[in-house]
Amino acid sequence: MSAYDKVLLARAKDRPTGMSYIENIFSAFVELHGDRRFGDDPAIVGGLAELEGMPVTVIAMEKGGDMKEKVRRNFGSPNPEGYRKALRLMKQAEKFHRPVVCFVDTSGAYCGLGAEERGQGQAIAENLLEMIDLKTPVVSILVGEGGSGGALAMAVADQVWILENAVYSVISPEGCASILWKDPKRVKDAADCLHITAQDMAELGVVEKVIPEEEGFDCAYAQIKEELCALLPSLLALTPEELLEKRYQRFRNF
Amino acid sequence: MGLFRSPQNELEKGGKEAEDQGIRNSCPKCGVQLPLTDLQENLNVCSACGYHFRIGPRERIFHICDEGTFAELDGDLMSRDLLDFPGYDQKLRNAKLASREKEGVLCGTAEISGRPCAIFCMDPNFMMGSMGTVVGEKITRLFEYATGHSLPVVGFTVSGGARMQEGILSLMQMAKTSAALKKHSDAGNFYLTVLTDPTLGGITASFAMDGDVIMAEPGATIGFAGARVIEQTIRKKLPQGFQTAEFLLEHGFVDLIVPRSEQKQAIAWLLQVHTAKERREQDERL
Repeated sequence: MSAYDKVLLARAKDRPTGMSYIENIFSAFVELHGDRRFGDDPAIVGGLAELEGMPVTVIAMEKGGDMKEKVRRNFGSPNPEGYRKALRLMKQAEKFHRPVVCFVDTSGAYCGLGAEERGQGQAIAENLLEMIDLKTPVVSILVGEGGSGGALAMAVADQVWILENAVYSVISPEGCASILWKDPKRVKDAADCLHITAQDMAELGVVEKVIPEEEGFDCAYAQIKEELCALLPSLLALTPEELLEKRYQRFRNF
Repeated sequence: MGLFRSPQNELEKGGKEAEDQGIRNSCPKCGVQLPLTDLQENLNVCSACGYHFRIGPRERIFHICDEGTFAELDGDLMSRDLLDFPGYDQKLRNAKLASREKEGVLCGTAEISGRPCAIFCMDPNFMMGSMGTVVGEKITRLFEYATGHSLPVVGFTVSGGARMQEGILSLMQMAKTSAALKKHSDAGNFYLTVLTDPTLGGITASFAMDGDVIMAEPGATIGFAGARVIEQTIRKKLPQGFQTAEFLLEHGFVDLIVPRSEQKQAIAWLLQVHTAKERREQDERL
């Protein structure tokens, strides 16, 4: 399978979106809305849930199912208020020492007029700065498209995992082909050159785990649940200093 | 890809400045003809319309730092083609020729009106200041050095964003630099960013927007997404003045706009106000 085939799989209409992971892995999910500054961004869903009785904060990018829902959720491209909502929920989790689990799936942060007016760059920058220093465990899981800074803004974590057919990239293959070669038809070359597959991420040390998809998503949910149940208690047992030093070194190595 | 293929875009040429050098006495904004010596005396600002020409890092440091105080750090770090990306080696060679630098950011220590600081200046002539692993590493090391020596950091940004030829590794530089500057900040040190034309993409979405004080040069383009991408997304023309320094000031994302001729004085005063407590005590003992 070529890298671009994986891009198409990551974007496939029938691929489970962020909410499916919340529903299938956690119980008792209660959604919490709004960034307390501007509004509530439907492209990012967050709230409280339980993982085998353990309270957790879960935050997911959500592309939406049918067309109406996709439009409402802006096709999963968050605005600044989405990132600020995510950060608000993370700070809340920090206060109560709950682990945070993020599901990342976006073609990128929204490129719109309002997004620029409300500081898209600043919102992402603030998330990077605060997530590196969040005194509670964070695990981020790339489940579909990991589109550049818009994805990284929810993926500065103690561990980053990726689904077997998800991708993670600094720029879309389309963007790369048109900027670099002025030839949108060269998307396949761009996908190869950029090294964007889950397997590339494992080789480059960008992720700790690749979650297999070949036996279906029910198996993937079960594996994620099992792995989270194994990992989170050990991260919670660390002192905040140990946790943050490990996270710092994780990103310092790049 | 042929070795002698002509450049396809600005990034490939190693920056607009390279092209402008021969005719740089014509203002790109108002078109007025400026004698080269007058322009240089005026810090590369158009005397007719105030347009701030893009300038390289050595010239910045010459304008801002006290003479003879700049000491470069990590000047030997150079990028490698980590992902075997087609044409990247050639682009790096072109960028070195166009900028006469080894990478897209110049880092070091200096004094500004007698105030010591760590300083970084990005380079518009080196692949439009794009951030790959070496740019990220140099900035990270500068923050770590500044944290260790309780020095403030002054950073001049100019960048098209992340360097796509280094793929995901360039994205990771956003997290790496943020981590180092967070430690610097938490230790009570001052960080000033000066946003110059253009500051875009992954730079805006990381250390450019993290300054305790954010200064900008008049008219600089500052934003997350490029204007063309936004127009394609929303299928509308963008309003006049969108994503300028003035636009960001109006929307609350820039503290102040300072023309080049007044920057040294403004920066020196900010450094004086924010001198770290230990250093102030040290100064008093002397």
